[in-house]
Amino acid sequence: MNKEILLAGFGGQGILFAGKVLAYSGLEAGREISWLPSYGPEMRGGTANCSVVIGDEPVGSPLVTEPDILLVMNTPSYDKFIGAVKKGGKVFADTSMVDISSQREDIDFYGIPATGLSGENGLDGMANIILLGRALKESGLFTLEEVTAGLEKCIPAKKKNLLEKNLEALKIGMKSE
Amino acid sequence: MEKVLMKGNEAIAEAAVRAGCKCYFGYPITPQSEISAYLSKKMPLVGGTFLQAESEIAAINMVLGAASTGTRAMTSSSSPGISLKSEGISYIAASDLPCVIINVQRGGPGLGGIQPSQSDYWQATKGLGHGDFHVLVYAPASVQEMADLVIRAFDKAEEYRMPAMILADGLLGQMMEPVVFPEIRENSHDKSWAADGHKNKREHNIINSLFLQPDVLENSVKARYERYKTVEEKETVAESYLCEDADIVVCAFGASARIAKSAVAKAREKGIKAGLFRPVTLYPFPERELREASKSAKKLLSVEMSMGQMTDDLRLAINCEKPVEFFGRTGGIIPTPAEVLKKLEEMGGEW
Repeated sequence: MNKEILLAGFGGQGILFAGKVLAYSGLEAGREISWLPSYGPEMRGGTANCSVVIGDEPVGSPLVTEPDILLVMNTPSYDKFIGAVKKGGKVFADTSMVDISSQREDIDFYGIPATGLSGENGLDGMANIILLGRALKESGLFTLEEVTAGLEKCIPAKKKNLLEKNLEALKIGMKSE
Repeated sequence: MEKVLMKGNEAIAEAAVRAGCKCYFGYPITPQSEISAYLSKKMPLVGGTFLQAESEIAAINMVLGAASTGTRAMTSSSSPGISLKSEGISYIAASDLPCVIINVQRGGPGLGGIQPSQSDYWQATKGLGHGDFHVLVYAPASVQEMADLVIRAFDKAEEYRMPAMILADGLLGQMMEPVVFPEIRENSHDKSWAADGHKNKREHNIINSLFLQPDVLENSVKARYERYKTVEEKETVAESYLCEDADIVVCAFGASARIAKSAVAKAREKGIKAGLFRPVTLYPFPERELREASKSAKKLLSVEMSMGQMTDDLRLAINCEKPVEFFGRTGGIIPTPAEVLKKLEEMGGEW
């Protein structure tokens, strides 16, 4: 079975990058993958979102409309997509940023104050990776080794210093309660 | 070979370089600007020319000039930009020149929108400019095919001395998928027609599309149509999936075919005998292949990101022997597998 993942938030929160980390981890692990960003006016100050499909079957539609897993980093995206998550799906919300107005009983909800945690740990701008860390722990999509390989592919050689920080953020997310 | 992760637009650009494209002329437009961006960096490294023209019209006429010398040349745009290029494309076809034109379609008509669409099917296959002519039209459905078909397009354009178009869409252009690039191959087509300098060793080669004598013009068009016959005989490409025993054969190309394939697989789980027929070449249209694939079908269903522009070609291919229904979304909305499945469920059980 393929897993359909939707990542959503404001432009600038690293939504597309977090999606790329997933896609590259899949590539390195030899899975079938696709990555599709929203583009156009949505990217200019509105909400950014990104569809990632990972699994063992060739990917049909790369557009995720009913995600198995939702990673969400702002309130408008939460309100827009919470209803679309598949029954029994998993939702990972950055509770530093998202006002949870409505809750669903038929999904697994994980609230992580990712933006708060990133500030406390000197990892500004890496709330996306903290949230991703928790999602990976709960979903078992990839091992730490596989994500590390994916991160290495995503981060250009001249920015190698960012790799350590991203790994730190990933581990904080994995340990978060 | 190494598997790399790339956007469809970038795969087109990289494949063009590997296919020996030495001149790229373009003008930016969403959702295909990554092609220009990629080639602006890559072309200088391989001794090629990248030029951002002052308009789409200028770009296509630069392609005409470069192609006249036997140089592999390419331009790319999205729907409104392709309309602007149509005069130049007609001139290139009339001059019997090879070139590759990329259309990463967006919603139309007019300036339309910037989200994915397939509503330039008629334009690409029936009327990409004035006059009696065709261009080869390839419809990739994955990032890998974006690369493979660009390479094929350069090759076939030269073999038949005619323009070739890649009819993609914003979904394929923007998405990333793994892709493996083949090695660069040597180009082996005859180019004795090229206006590349006679060096006092041969007569001038003249590249021209103006024939004021009607009989001369008619003969040149008829000669071209002889070539089209060969193209229609030899160059059709299509893919069939679960069509052998299908009651409903879903017909879809490009991004729509991926969505339709997911719907077909789900329909089979529900006991609906559906199959998928995917034309890879839109001109020439794979008519024989469709007749073969739809032998057991009671009905055909066309799934498109348009108002149903391909349905007439399906009816013609099967001589209207079976009903052809349609499901599609347009204006930049991507149909979902669930919507297509619902349509298949509505169609099922009526015979």
